[in-house]
Amino acid sequence: MAVYERNYGRYQGDLTPPWSRFFILPRYAARDVFDSRLFTAFFTLCFLVPFAGLLMIYLHHNLAALKLMNLDLTQLKEALPINATFFRKGIELQSWLCFLMALFVGPALVAPDLRNNGLALYLSRPFSRTEYVLGKLTVLVVLMSLITWIPGLLLFFFQGYLEGGGWLGNNLRIGAAIFAGSWAWILVVSLVALAISAWVKWKPVARVSLLIVFFVLAGFAEALNAALDTWWGHLLSLTTAMNHLWSVLFGQAPEERLVQPLWAAWFTIIAGCALALWLLSRRVRAYEVVR
Amino acid sequence: MSNPTVIELQGLEVRFGGRPILKGLNASLSGRCIGLLGPNGAGKTTLLHTILGFHPPTAGTARVFGKDIQTEARAIRAQMGYMPENDAFISGMTAVRFIRLMGEISGLPSERALERAHEALFYVGLGEARYRKVETYSLGMKQLAKLAQALVHGPRLIFLDEPTNGLDPDARERMLRLIHDIRDTGEVNIILSSHLLRDVEECCDEVLVLKGGTIATYCNLEEERRGNRRFLELETRGGDEASFTAAVEALGVEMATAGKTKIKLVLPEGVEVRDLYRLAAERQVQIRHLDYKKDSLQDIFLKAMETEVAGHGRV
Repeated sequence: MAVYERNYGRYQGDLTPPWSRFFILPRYAARDVFDSRLFTAFFTLCFLVPFAGLLMIYLHHNLAALKLMNLDLTQLKEALPINATFFRKGIELQSWLCFLMALFVGPALVAPDLRNNGLALYLSRPFSRTEYVLGKLTVLVVLMSLITWIPGLLLFFFQGYLEGGGWLGNNLRIGAAIFAGSWAWILVVSLVALAISAWVKWKPVARVSLLIVFFVLAGFAEALNAALDTWWGHLLSLTTAMNHLWSVLFGQAPEERLVQPLWAAWFTIIAGCALALWLLSRRVRAYEVVR
Repeated sequence: MSNPTVIELQGLEVRFGGRPILKGLNASLSGRCIGLLGPNGAGKTTLLHTILGFHPPTAGTARVFGKDIQTEARAIRAQMGYMPENDAFISGMTAVRFIRLMGEISGLPSERALERAHEALFYVGLGEARYRKVETYSLGMKQLAKLAQALVHGPRLIFLDEPTNGLDPDARERMLRLIHDIRDTGEVNIILSSHLLRDVEECCDEVLVLKGGTIATYCNLEEERRGNRRFLELETRGGDEASFTAAVEALGVEMATAGKTKIKLVLPEGVEVRDLYRLAAERQVQIRHLDYKKDSLQDIFLKAMETEVAGHGRV
């Protein structure tokens, strides 16, 4: 079917393996999001914290060298030790940037396809609903991973390399916490953002909805706890649950106000993901059947 | 030699919320271009969607090129192109990027998908506008873009759902010409769903008429047309008309007279039109007007709509 021939011809060539096709969506979506200068600038800024962390780890191990330049920063070493708290603070900061990223990218992922009946075009091909959701999810997961656990683990290994003496072995828990905590947060934020995008077609409303789910619900949960003198309200708060999880994963005592048991925090995160998946499964269909 | 079966419906039944939409359809469709006709709500689009795997059958099944729609849906969809009835595109993309994406999703390698996207857009007549975003296209151009995305991966079977919807006469002509052209390559089967009889009549060789979720009729239009060529309407003037009609009748022709000079007749095998002219000339009768029966599809459709469907539309 060459351009000059202008007639119809069947395609007889090789096909790509079916398992690889869900990567097509993130590839196209990545190009779309980086077409926006605002997003590119924001994404670049997301690396400021990891870069600052890198600098601090480097300085921490090279204060003697700075002394040669008449800079005595030994107090800095004591004031900012490279430990679980250092990594936790960094990951927490990056997690909020993840949330901003979800606000920016999430609403544009599923809603336009639903608005323009694009799903029928995807799903009339050898491409399933699961692959579609997985493809869209991968867009957020990859972008968020690039600013959370990937730089986090790189810093962790860098610190281990500079510190030596079995530091890595003694602090494996920090590495595991960076990895597991980041994934839990990335999954819950991405799935909720996708579910909202599937149900709310208008971008500004989708963004407000995301803020409501993460912040207004957390406020409501606190109010409920205060009014009824209970911890059950925390079950509604994804941010509180995540805060609790991070404390446990990094081996730190949870804040006093977080008196909920650990299972409740896990329950909130898992229930949030499950609910988002259910909402997506209800909405991601080629055609809506009016019964 | 008869065409191989394209779609086989085996007691296909679809219900939405307990309400039957398709009621145990049985048919074996084998035409190069099959028209799917029926009034609104007859189940045309539901039938297409069920074959595409959008709705699971409540009972029965269907086979496309021998593959079951329930167990081999992915393999079936790999061989299909679908042009939906409503506006359908991926927003924010140029046409060429949109068609390329659709090609890649169908399994074409990236470079081949790009190449075929350009080709498909040139083929449907959007070559010059291929770098424009699809949402800026006119309705007619969007229809052509939808056709291009259905063709990009070179499918074996194409579903066209109301392809001429909302098109002006020129655009409609262009669309029908394209469908003709695709059909005539002989490389693809087409299912054309439409409520416009003329579209179906112009493009299709077989027609399946649905009514209330059942098959009202399934027939071969070519055979019908051939059959219709045996139905004639004559208008005669002068000469010995009585002798003429008697002579025609003597040939074994079934006939009915309408008025003094108008005759409707069915030619039996072995009797040709020239025999009528010969008889007329012998009796100095002028044949002023001779016409074949027309509007065959309209007749078929109207008859199907009048007939109560028995036996769940078994064909």
